[in-house]
Amino acid sequence: MTFALISIAIIMLGSAAAAMLLRNLIHSALLLILSWASVAAFYLWAGAEFAAFAQILVYVGAISMVVLFAVLLTRQNQVADVVIEPASRQRATTALTVGACLAGILTAAVVASQFPAAALTAPATTVKLIGLELMYRHGAALLIIGVILTVALIGATLLAATEAKRNPEDAP
Amino acid sequence: MTPLHLCLLISSGLFCIGLTGALARSNTILVLLGIELMLNAANLNFIAFWRFGPAPSPANGMIFVLFAIAVAAAEAAVGLALIIAVYRHQKNIRLQEANTLRG
Repeated sequence: MTFALISIAIIMLGSAAAAMLLRNLIHSALLLILSWASVAAFYLWAGAEFAAFAQILVYVGAISMVVLFAVLLTRQNQVADVVIEPASRQRATTALTVGACLAGILTAAVVASQFPAAALTAPATTVKLIGLELMYRHGAALLIIGVILTVALIGATLLAATEAKRNPEDAP
Repeated sequence: MTPLHLCLLISSGLFCIGLTGALARSNTILVLLGIELMLNAANLNFIAFWRFGPAPSPANGMIFVLFAIAVAAAEAAVGLALIIAVYRHQKNIRLQEANTLRG
């Protein structure tokens, strides 16, 4: 059981780190899709099947496509990207320092903390139970999330849409 | 080391990778993807505490994850639309070039 978790973790962290290091955007996007898929594998490992399938549908299916489209639509010449300026190198060093410090702090905090004994089996969560919880106890939140998604998608369409060139002769 | 410790360490690692990427890269798409990685790390924590927490409630952690995934999807859609809008104005998606409003 622990072996499966560690192999999932290695794939997840390795592909995420490689995606952040690579210079080719398409490779980064594909590696991040692998990382999101292994997050879904972690959910399956933990017994949260519904969350795993939601993760696959939303991240591996939808967000990856949006990211790939954005990469293709904003493609530029590769020559300008190769030059690494000193400023960006300095920023990378600072970011690595911040990340390493935070990793150290979080690791120390997690290792030092004591948790109560875990339940032996995963909580029995059926799709029916999730549906009832969503509709009854979290009904208001479900409506609000629907409004947020609608507004966000309309806003995204408005932001990304090109303004159609009006031909003055076509105007009534 | 209990499984909960292991899960929390993994999600800390994922969060730090996302943070480092978001701070270090100058490509706007990669910055957005770093933020997505950090959101995923938070979701990992929800599932870990739902599964290995002291008194697991039947569905709370999972419902939290579902809502977080929905918000992350909205955020990604708006973010990538913003990137495309910036690209149309600047013909570039480097963060350093988008400094027209800088004080």
